[in-house]
Amino acid sequence: MAKVDFEIPKLKKYPEIPVVVEGTMAHSSPYVAAEKFQVQLDFPGGNGEFQEGWKEKAIEKMGELLGKYRSLQVFLDSCVKCGACTDKCHYFLGTGDPKNMPVARQDLFRAVYRRYFTFAGKYFPKLVGAVDLTEDVIKEWYSYFHQCSQCRRCSVYCPYGIDTAEISMAAREVLDHIGFGQKYCNEIIGKVYKIGNNLGLPERALADTLEGLEEDLEDETGIAVKVPLDVKGADILLVTPSADFFAEPHVDGLMGYAKVFHEAGVSWTVSSHASEAANFGMFIGSYENMQRVAIRIREAALDLGVKRIIFGECGHAWRVAYSFLNTLAGPWDFLDQNYPIPQHICEFTHNLIQDDKLTFDKSRNDDLVITFHDSCNVARASRMGDMPGGQFTIPRDILKAVCNNFHDMAPETIHEHTFCCGGGGGLLTDDLMEIRVKGMVPRAQALQDVVDEYGVTNLVAICAICKSQFAKVLPYYGMEMDMIMSLHQVLSNAIILTGQIVDDDDEAAEDAA
Amino acid sequence: MSFLTIFFALLFYVATFSLVAGLAYRIRLYIKTPAPLKIPTTPAPVTRTGVALRLFREVVFFESLFKATLWTWLFGWMFHFGMFLVLLRHLRYFINPEWFWAPLVWPLVGLVQPFGLYAGFAMLAGLGGLLVRRFAVDRVRYISAPSDFIWLFWLMGIAASGLIMSFILHTDIVQLKEFTLGLMSLSPGELPVDLPLLIHLGLVAVLMALFPYSKLLHAVGIFFSPTRNQVDNPREKRHLAAWAAKYDDTRGSRDSAEGQ
Repeated sequence: MAKVDFEIPKLKKYPEIPVVVEGTMAHSSPYVAAEKFQVQLDFPGGNGEFQEGWKEKAIEKMGELLGKYRSLQVFLDSCVKCGACTDKCHYFLGTGDPKNMPVARQDLFRAVYRRYFTFAGKYFPKLVGAVDLTEDVIKEWYSYFHQCSQCRRCSVYCPYGIDTAEISMAAREVLDHIGFGQKYCNEIIGKVYKIGNNLGLPERALADTLEGLEEDLEDETGIAVKVPLDVKGADILLVTPSADFFAEPHVDGLMGYAKVFHEAGVSWTVSSHASEAANFGMFIGSYENMQRVAIRIREAALDLGVKRIIFGECGHAWRVAYSFLNTLAGPWDFLDQNYPIPQHICEFTHNLIQDDKLTFDKSRNDDLVITFHDSCNVARASRMGDMPGGQFTIPRDILKAVCNNFHDMAPETIHEHTFCCGGGGGLLTDDLMEIRVKGMVPRAQALQDVVDEYGVTNLVAICAICKSQFAKVLPYYGMEMDMIMSLHQVLSNAIILTGQIVDDDDEAAEDAA
Repeated sequence: MSFLTIFFALLFYVATFSLVAGLAYRIRLYIKTPAPLKIPTTPAPVTRTGVALRLFREVVFFESLFKATLWTWLFGWMFHFGMFLVLLRHLRYFINPEWFWAPLVWPLVGLVQPFGLYAGFAMLAGLGGLLVRRFAVDRVRYISAPSDFIWLFWLMGIAASGLIMSFILHTDIVQLKEFTLGLMSLSPGELPVDLPLLIHLGLVAVLMALFPYSKLLHAVGIFFSPTRNQVDNPREKRHLAAWAAKYDDTRGSRDSAEGQ
C-alpha cells in the first residue's frame, strides 16, 4: 500500500449519508491522453491545452449526440430534481462532494444543454440553472465525469430511469472530441488495436503464459488440462479479460474455466487476435471505438471457425457482450444457434452443474467463508440464463455448489442494489487513487459487516476490474489483498477431475487460501 | 362579453395550443431520436407485456422512487394521486351530461366528486412535504434551482385557490360551466368574476402553456426512457438503429487479420 496524501475514510458501524461539503473532490482529475494516443482513436490531440474553436466543436458534438441517443435527450429533459438519487452514488457516500450526487453530476452537462438547446435556458438561464460553456466548465466536466464509474446504481432508483452513465459517456465523448481524452482509457484502447489486448501482451508472450498455466494445471491435478491458443476448428472461442492471463486472483479463475472445459469434454480456444473481453470503448462513450474493439471478436470467430463464443469473468465486458455484441458485431448467423450468443462462463458452468456433469469436494473450501460481490455491469446492465435476475442466482448457485460456507452481504448492498467496487468505468488507474479508495466505502462497509457477523474470509467477484480494485484497495481498510477471489478459483479448489488422484492432505485448498 | 371573459378565453386558447404543440414537438423528437443500444436497467422484463407492466407500476405506483426514498415517494405520490383525482373531478366542467356519450362517463364523474374534493388536501399536503424536503435536506437544497421552488409554489397556489372555492368562497359553477363548455365550442359564456377563480384559472393556464418547456415534461419522458421501456432480449433479437446500421458495411476493415 503506497503512501497517501489524503485521509482514508473510517468505516462506521452503520452506513451514514455524509453532509454535503462542496469541492472536496474538485482536485481529482486523471491524466490527459497525449496527442499520439488520441489520434489512434481518431480523436484530435491537444495535450491538455484548449485548441482553437473548442467551444463550437463541443456544442456541435453535443447536438450530434442529442440526435443520436434518445437516452441522452430524454434524460436531460426529464429530471425533476426530486433527490431520489442523491444518496445512491458510492462516490458521494465516500466523499460528501455534492457534485458526486448523480443529479448534480448530470447537471454539469444539463446546465450547458439547457443554455444552448432549450428555450428556457436560452432566455432565462438563471431561472433554470443554465450556464455558458467555458474553459472552467470543461475542466469541471473532466474532473467529475471521471468520478463516475458508470455503475448505473442511480438509474435503479430514478423515477424516470435516468442513467448517469449515459450522461457521463456523452460528456467523455465530447471531451475526447476537443482533445481532452483520458490517458488511461485511450492508451488501453490503442493497445487493443495494435496488439489485441488491454495489457499489450503479444501473441508469443500469450502463448508462453498459457503453456505455463498448462504446466501448473498438470502439476496440481496430474491431468493434462489444456489452455489452447488459436486452435482452428475449435467449438468454443473463449473471450476473457487479459488480466485473466496473469493477474491475481484473475489467473486462478482462468485455470478454473480450463478445468470446467476439460471436464465438459468440449474443444475450446483462446484467440490472440481477440485476446481481450474488456471494451473500454464503452467507458468513453464512443460507439465507433466500441465497435472497432468488438469487431475483433467477430473476426476471430470467423477466422477460427468456432461454433460458440463464451465470455470469461468480466463485468463491463459482459455488458458489451450480452447487451451490445449482437448490435455491434452481429448478426451471428454463422454460430450454433442452439446456444446463447454469447454465453457467460457462469451460464456454461451452471448448466453442467445442473446436469450433474461436474464432481466437487466442497470440503476443500471449508477453510473459506465466502460472500459474493455483484459487479455493477452484470447486475444492472445484463442478464444470465433465461430469467430476469439470473445474473444474481447463477453465480450464487455455483458458489453454493462448491463451498459449504456462504453468506450474502446486507440486502440493500447486493443484487440490483449492489455498490460499485470503486474502480469501474475507466477509473482503475493510479492517478485516481483517492476517488477509488473513497468510492469503496459503502462496499467495504457492507463487507466489514459480514466479516464481523459471520466471519467471512473471502470476497468473490466475476469482474476483472473489481478483482484488481479490491486487491489494491482492501488493504486501505485493513483487509487482506488476497481476500478477493475469482468465482472459478473457488470452483477450481473444489472440482475433482475425472481420473484425478486425490490425496487427503488438502493441499489444493491450502494453496488457494 | 366582458373584457375578463375575452382575456381568459384567449389565454386558454393560447395555453392549450402551447401545450398541445409543445408536447407534439417533444414527442415527435423523442420518437425520431433513435436508441442505438439496448440499455434497460436490469433485471428487466423479457417480453413487451412485461415492459408494459413495468411502466404501469412506474407511472401508477412510482416503483423506483419507492425503492429510493420513502418520504419523497410518500409526498410525491400523495401530490400526484391527489391531483389525478382532482383532475377527474374537474371533468364535470367539460362534459355536458346531455351529450350522447356522456352516460358512459357521467356516473364515474359523479362517483369521484367527494374523493376529488378532499384529494385537494392530499395534493397540498404532498406539495408541502416536497417543499419542506427541498429546504431541509442539504442534498436536495443543493440541487434545487429557483424554478424548482417556483413550480412547487405555483402548484400550491392552484390547489389552495381551488380549495378556497370549494370550502370558503364558492363561485357560480353553473355560470363557470357555461364558460368552459362555451370555450370548447369556441363561444365562451360569461366568466364569473371571483378573485379565487381568476387566480386559479390564471395559474392553470400558465402551467399548461409552460408544461412542454419545463421540468413538468417528465410526465412524457418516463414513457420514452430506454432504461425502462426496452425489452431485455439483446441476444435473441438484433437491435440496430439506422445510423448505427451504416457502420455494418465499413466495420473491421482497419484492424482485421493482423497476426492471423
